[in-house]
Amino acid sequence: MARTVHRKSAESVFFLSALLALSVALLMLAVLVVEVFVDGFSQLDWQFLTHFPSRNPEDAGILSAWVGSVYLITLTVAFAVPLGVAAAIYFEEYARKNWFNTLMEMNIGTLAGVPSIIYGLLGLGLFVRTLNMGRSLLAGALTMALLVLPIIIITAREAIRAIPSSVQDAAFALGATRSQVIRTIILPLSFPGILTGIILALSRAIGETAPLIAIGALTYIAFLPDGLSSPFTALPIQIFNWVSRPQAGFHSNAAAAIIVLLTITLLLNAFAILLRNYFYRRIHAHLS
Amino acid sequence: MSNAFEIKNLNIYYNGLHAVKNVSIDIPHTLITAIIGASGCGKSSFLRAMNRMNDLIPNSRRTGEILFHGVDIHQPMMSEVTLRRRIGMVFQKPNPFPFSIFDNVAYGLRIQGMRDKATLDQRVEESLRRAALWPEVKDRLKQSAFALSGGQQQRLCIARTLAVDPEVLLLDEPCASLDPTGTARIEELLQKLEKEITIIIVTHNMQQAKRLSDTVGFFHLGELVEFGRTEEMFEHPRIQLTRDYIMGHFG
Repeated sequence: MARTVHRKSAESVFFLSALLALSVALLMLAVLVVEVFVDGFSQLDWQFLTHFPSRNPEDAGILSAWVGSVYLITLTVAFAVPLGVAAAIYFEEYARKNWFNTLMEMNIGTLAGVPSIIYGLLGLGLFVRTLNMGRSLLAGALTMALLVLPIIIITAREAIRAIPSSVQDAAFALGATRSQVIRTIILPLSFPGILTGIILALSRAIGETAPLIAIGALTYIAFLPDGLSSPFTALPIQIFNWVSRPQAGFHSNAAAAIIVLLTITLLLNAFAILLRNYFYRRIHAHLS
Repeated sequence: MSNAFEIKNLNIYYNGLHAVKNVSIDIPHTLITAIIGASGCGKSSFLRAMNRMNDLIPNSRRTGEILFHGVDIHQPMMSEVTLRRRIGMVFQKPNPFPFSIFDNVAYGLRIQGMRDKATLDQRVEESLRRAALWPEVKDRLKQSAFALSGGQQQRLCIARTLAVDPEVLLLDEPCASLDPTGTARIEELLQKLEKEITIIIVTHNMQQAKRLSDTVGFFHLGELVEFGRTEEMFEHPRIQLTRDYIMGHFG
């Protein structure tokens, strides 16, 4: 009897500490969000979204920044997803177990943890200078694509590995070639999992500032990008720039821009999660 | 009586494991051949050698010859893709694709490039009829294959295999996960199909081997111990080990 009571109290202590840990994390997030909203909400209006940056905080807007961010993210995904998925297919379907492939796998694991500024310096050296792309949207997107590539490869590999081998065997036994198995079985069935990787990659890429600063994305741009070679700016850079100004008006602008950035991230994630759940229900739920 | 397969000195290795040891066997055309033996005796490896599914397992190695209607299945002219279309396989656990019933049966035809809707419809219906599943599913071809019961799923897998018109059907313990009713329906189906195609079934259920097969091979620890006509082998096994297994002394 005493033992049961003891066990029960131990149980509730554990429950309370877990709850406490969760509350601390949520509280911090709440403080951040509330503070940003208090500072920035009054600045947020249609004019803020449709105006270019200005020397006067009242007139300044984030048009070039949010458009730049949207272009940048779209291009990043366009480069990184095909490459990352193809690499994952290579590892899961074609690669034999040898020292070269083991080394590659270890490298990709390590690359996922490399600080983003290093990718920025790589982008500066490779894309901006050596390949002469300049401080362009293209150079920025390629740098970001390198940065998120390991995330996409790792999650896509997990998605592919989750497909039961019995289903692949069935296709092979019907006379499917390996490329037919990849096209008709592997890709459709791993699609929801690959989308998860894309969500993670998007969320990482949209908030990254350091690599963009390293490749020299501009902070003051009063035009919209008109092509791949156009100079550009992005929301995190605009925020960084405004926060470092002395005037209080710019600080409010920065807070408002953070609200926009958070909203874009949430919208992108929500869209990708809905898409993933739709496909998950359609395909993957069957497999369990 | 002609032979579908002539197998000479077949050995299969996985890394260090010698799974099939020097097996030579002639498997007759359009009859049911059962392969019996305790778990891990190499009977599944033996079966998977015949449509070259073992080639998909990394580090598996083979020596010896497998002739299919007199032609070596490992000769360079023979592609494993064509071979697997001619030699269909049904697995231990029903493994339908997470598609609709129709798309499951149509899969093998579509990967061969068949696109014509009317031909596909006709071939799917015909295959489902041959697998004795048509009356149960004809009104719900668009439904997920997972809406079917285990036994129906297994018959769907048989229909899917029959759709590409194979000459041989390999079955690897197809009733292992089914209830007695499901098992009975599969057995009934196999007896009907026996007249059209060669059937090789791996089973650890001796009663099933006795009920179904015309010839039977007994594997023990990777070796073929005895091979012969089913009645003879169950009535008068020549070898003591076979007698012990059939009597249920081990396995």
